[in-house]
Amino acid sequence: MSVNVETVKHIAYLARITFDKQEAEAVTAELNAVLDWGLLLDEADIAGIEPMVSPVQAVLPMRADKVTDGHKQADILANAPLTEEGFFLVPKVVE
Amino acid sequence: MNKSTNISALTELTIAAARDKLQKREIKAVEVTEAYLAAIDKGNKALNAYVAETQDYAREQAKASDARLIAGTARPLEGIPLGIKDLFATKNVHTQACSHILAGFKPPYESTVTANLWQDGAVMLGKLNMDELAMGSSNESSCYGAVVNPWRRKGSAEPLVPGGSSGGSSAAVAAHLCAGATATDTGGSIRQPAAFTATVGLKPTYGRCSRWGMIAFASSLDQAGPIARTVRDAAIMLKSMASYDKKDSTSVNIPVPDYEAVLGRSVKGMKIGIPKEYCIGGMADEIDILWRKGCAILRAAGAEIVEISLPHTKYALASYYIIAPAEASSNLARYDGVRYGLRAAGKDIVTMYENSRAEGFGHEVKRRILIGTYVLSANSYNAYYVKAQKVRALIRRDFDLAFAEGIDAVLTPATPSAAFAIGDKKQRQDPVAMYLNDIFTVPVNMAGLPAISVPAGLSAAEALPLGLQLIGRPFEEGKILQLAQIVEKECGTFTPEKWW
Repeated sequence: MSVNVETVKHIAYLARITFDKQEAEAVTAELNAVLDWGLLLDEADIAGIEPMVSPVQAVLPMRADKVTDGHKQADILANAPLTEEGFFLVPKVVE
Repeated sequence: MNKSTNISALTELTIAAARDKLQKREIKAVEVTEAYLAAIDKGNKALNAYVAETQDYAREQAKASDARLIAGTARPLEGIPLGIKDLFATKNVHTQACSHILAGFKPPYESTVTANLWQDGAVMLGKLNMDELAMGSSNESSCYGAVVNPWRRKGSAEPLVPGGSSGGSSAAVAAHLCAGATATDTGGSIRQPAAFTATVGLKPTYGRCSRWGMIAFASSLDQAGPIARTVRDAAIMLKSMASYDKKDSTSVNIPVPDYEAVLGRSVKGMKIGIPKEYCIGGMADEIDILWRKGCAILRAAGAEIVEISLPHTKYALASYYIIAPAEASSNLARYDGVRYGLRAAGKDIVTMYENSRAEGFGHEVKRRILIGTYVLSANSYNAYYVKAQKVRALIRRDFDLAFAEGIDAVLTPATPSAAFAIGDKKQRQDPVAMYLNDIFTVPVNMAGLPAISVPAGLSAAEALPLGLQLIGRPFEEGKILQLAQIVEKECGTFTPEKWW
């Protein structure tokens, strides 16, 4: 399965990264090199094998559903590029 | 300080030696810290290992350590100066994982691993360079530029890479710009840099150290560990770094043993597996010779050397380069220019996201995000991502079967070659060539096992460091430390000639 520049541009849109034409062409070739390599996996006999999601097989730990942390508005906003009156500021989303 | 000890001698001390002298009050913590700050001041311009220095904080911590040493309330790492990989969140201190996307980020919290180290009395010298967001094997993708390996080829001044992604950590430890360093390993990022610099790098079992406060790359593979000058120092550091942490649901609730206490115990009767699949074409002869030497050393120590088969090894890199980018593309979605880090202008919110991410991420990171986004997209999810996860299960099963046969540890080379030059054309142009650096280390992350890289010699012509890797059963870090120390004892330790 090989990808073309159009597909790469679509993936780039999904990943919310802009690429100029030259960059998109370079990355297409690199992407195909890595994906070709992935074809090697077709040889492996994976019939009946469960996908491995994590090396830790334990069930996720449960805890009581209560507030353990909070009241940190200043900390949360401290690194934001733009804020106003205690909110994150972004370009207009709703017309 | 004894009058006969000069200041530079303080940076020659291992963690174990400095600890003993500090506790006997032969030396003061402030003196040790000042010696390292002076070494950084002198050497960092040439090596580029530190991206931020925390002198004031270090002096403050060292002073507090001296007070404790005098009061007799010293903790295990009291007054030991460490370097911290830029990937660990350190409260109110520069934390960017060497990415422009986190420009100006100063976390209002401390990672669990670093909190554990300060809790045990360690001193922070500063933040160490690394490949951008831990993606790389040469430290060349850092937004702060490449790190220079303190080691050079015999008779050459050409700058070499210190390995990656923990290249700042390995270079700083090898050049004695810190007593030890924290590092992280997703596919070999502790062990490969250690092998390139004649330092000891230990990647613990997945779940041994908390990932809380570590900037995420691939969450099912990432694990923190130490880079140190000796096996003993690595054991001392891991004991302090490791913990069960409620804030990391994948951290494992098993008591942390005293790794130092098992050092020196006999390894007689241990079964060491030699996987035939790790004998790859194109591997330098001297890597093969080194591997045989490792076998001979462990055999002489009373261990039994057994050939084993790990048949799915050949699929490890290909599946890793699907799974790791997939997890990365998801983890890195958080960088949106809204809550922290870099923000570039855009006419609407989507353009703002796109511009911020285009400007903030370097080329290698973008490439991996694209690969990850592609393999997770509807059309290729099963063909690539799920298939890679199934192959991962087979890689893990290979190790499980070997351990079930009674194998205590697996011995392999750490890397297929010694350090290469900064800007190496072949490694630059072909992503797959660069990825092959991790051929011996990646299967360990896929299986979630502990492994250590230990210096075992210098290459014949170039006199560059080469390392061996010992892979252990889950949570048997003690055993691989024990074995690694035997290798270290026989092969010696190696220090680069000082030119910086």
